[in-house]
Amino acid sequence: MSFINYSSREIHCKIVYYGPGLCGKTTNLQYIYAKTNPEAKGKMISLATETERTLFFDFLPLSLGDIRGFRTRFHLYTVPGQVFYDASRKLILKGVDGVVFVADSQIERMEANLESMENLRVNLSEQGYNLDNLPYVIQYNKRDLPNAASIEELHRLLNPKNVPEFQAIASTGWGVFDTLKAIAKLVLQELKKGAR
Amino acid sequence: MVSPQFVMYEEEYQQIAAVCDQLCRESNSKVVFLVDKNGQLLASAGQTENLDTTSLASLTAGNIAATGGLAKLIGEREFSILFHEGERDNLHISIVGGRVILVVIFDNRSSLGLVRLRVKKASQQLGAIMEQLNRKIQSASVGSPFAEITDEDIDNLFKD
Repeated sequence: MSFINYSSREIHCKIVYYGPGLCGKTTNLQYIYAKTNPEAKGKMISLATETERTLFFDFLPLSLGDIRGFRTRFHLYTVPGQVFYDASRKLILKGVDGVVFVADSQIERMEANLESMENLRVNLSEQGYNLDNLPYVIQYNKRDLPNAASIEELHRLLNPKNVPEFQAIASTGWGVFDTLKAIAKLVLQELKKGAR
Repeated sequence: MVSPQFVMYEEEYQQIAAVCDQLCRESNSKVVFLVDKNGQLLASAGQTENLDTTSLASLTAGNIAATGGLAKLIGEREFSILFHEGERDNLHISIVGGRVILVVIFDNRSSLGLVRLRVKKASQQLGAIMEQLNRKIQSASVGSPFAEITDEDIDNLFKD
């Protein structure tokens, strides 16, 4: 649910990075944080365990510039990917405006990808959302790994609805901003549609 | 879609800011701020200069969401008041009208009793303003600024 503030002339949108454990959601945010001008970003918050696994969420506020006199602010969140943190994942989806599904390209992680995607669908519907009506993109991460599945295979299994998809190596940043731009654009287009 | 968007208008913002200001003064606290349950900061008052209010807002919402989850697990609807006690500063968090979160930061110049008392009064005022705001959003007499944006406007944001 976007938030339009006429008083401060700002528009806030919430984007959630979803995906199985260790797929690179936090790495996406860390790269965005590292490569963004200080004036365009806030502090990045990571609620993680001692072994740096996300416990609750990561949060990164980002400012993208002005549209028609309104400053666009995106709040990027990640969910904890590990299966047993499902209760936390549900909470973070509240009020979401757009979803990035980060898939782990490794063949061994295909089942985890599918399980996480199904979990996303279920958790969204519990909040009254339908993934098919929500701004939504998929990122195939870890393209540099030797055991990465082919794009055709990933597409066939994870993207039957043909939503925008991107290849990425989040640790080097390749594909990270393409993904972010795509979801931000979709969210703004949705806002425009909703305003009519 | 659940609820399309949340809007804050100048008129209601001024009213909310005035209530927060008054609460901050009357409860002798350092900072007061109002956050919506999705983590958006709505208004703040007091010594906010050195505070990262965006992070505070997001973490407060996360905190309320997590304790709300705990409440449901033990059969409660929600915990409407949370209190965190620190060595110097304390946090008093309460839910207003089921929708927004009122946060008060105070030190030993105030007391939990005083804060609770003042928060109660402010909550009623804020609840009424939020209701008025909701009615306004639902009647949507004011057009959204985003009805007129073009694809070009959006593309311009992403020019390097």
